[in-house]
Amino acid sequence: MKPVRQPAGRLPVSMSVNGRPVELTVDARRLLVDVLREDLGLTGTHIGCEQGSCGACTVLVEGRPVRSCIMLGVQADGCDVTTVEGITPEDGLNPMQQAFREHHGLQCGFCTPGFLTTLAGVTADEYPDEESVRELLSGNLCRCTGYEGIVDAVMAAWGRDR
Amino acid sequence: MKPPPFKYARPESLDEVLGILSEYGDKARVLAGGQSLIPLLNFRLARPAVLVDIVLVTELRRLVVERGMLRVGAAVTQNAVERSSEVARFCPLLKKALPFVGHLQNRMRGTVAGSIAHADPAAEMPAVALALGATMVVRSATGVRQIPADRFFLGPFTTALAQDEILMEVRFPASKKTRAAVAEVAPRSGDFAIAGVAGELVTTRAGKVRDVSLALFGVGGSPQRLGEVEARLEGQRVTGDLLDQVAALTRRTARADSEDVHADAAYRARVSGELVRRALVEMTR
Repeated sequence: MKPVRQPAGRLPVSMSVNGRPVELTVDARRLLVDVLREDLGLTGTHIGCEQGSCGACTVLVEGRPVRSCIMLGVQADGCDVTTVEGITPEDGLNPMQQAFREHHGLQCGFCTPGFLTTLAGVTADEYPDEESVRELLSGNLCRCTGYEGIVDAVMAAWGRDR
Repeated sequence: MKPPPFKYARPESLDEVLGILSEYGDKARVLAGGQSLIPLLNFRLARPAVLVDIVLVTELRRLVVERGMLRVGAAVTQNAVERSSEVARFCPLLKKALPFVGHLQNRMRGTVAGSIAHADPAAEMPAVALALGATMVVRSATGVRQIPADRFFLGPFTTALAQDEILMEVRFPASKKTRAAVAEVAPRSGDFAIAGVAGELVTTRAGKVRDVSLALFGVGGSPQRLGEVEARLEGQRVTGDLLDQVAALTRRTARADSEDVHADAAYRARVSGELVRRALVEMTR
């Protein structure tokens, strides 16, 4: 991350997105989610509430889940960013995605990328029981499933009975 | 919506940060984790000309225990504090309260100092600062001030910080109190609390309460210490009768003036009595 000594309205940003180096110049006010969706065409990351509540825009920055609708593109300068595209294999689905499919962890799918990136940014041993899994998932809203299928999917993917 | 246009700077030194703040005055805002400020920009409730990002300022990234104080720099994230073993040892209440702050994704970027400077009436960190008797270390281009928590929070989203000042560091006294609890009611886990209490105490070997401190949040425009309740508890064994008395005293003495779509002020006063009861039960179990 480079220092910016004089306040500027447009700034160069270089980051790694899904393992690919990216250099672009963005408005200071450009949200990270819009850099990803509009400038880089990575539309798997969704915009829901645009105020940091719903979790649909969750991406990984330096491997940890953050809300890209309340982070500026310029704040990601020098960072590793991973979107849902980056955690999806070329062919088929990763094990968590497969579990979501098998356990009805989604209906309309709008919130799903946020759930998947949140889960990709944590380790199972940080969330040892169902209660802590539900606590973790409280940062992502789903208006379809009632969450039961999502919790089932996570427990199954992490090799637990429910 | 999207943020209105602004200019952005990311200096490496505190002097440069303070220089920009004194040059732009009330048109500049400090950006740390952005978890409160960027939503305000998205809503266009804030329209600063300049954001000064403090992420690269080394001296604001310190998290240390020094001379009996836990010192949390302005750029230290809530997640880093939550995961620190020193915080767990020296400031159990702070450790206990952090999981209530937003969600994991917010705490990855949000800072303890940012939450305190933002002074949302429903936020946990200001109440923790008040309960623990924290000191805010505040800098401007012209000097340093230390402001105790009980003189820092002036009202909803209003603190003693001047326009050209930055909250540089929050100092929490390393606590000898072994029991801490946070109890709150919120629509969902991680949502802003309708009402809550943060507290800590020690019990004597005989099981009596010593050095209890309790602070409410969400109930009024600022966090509030429950002085009369604390005095009533001091030296007492916590019994069912005492809990009833203390809950009633809390309902009577809480300054409840927050009202919103979730609850009126009367509910907030009523529930704060119950929350104090729950916190005390947890701390004396």
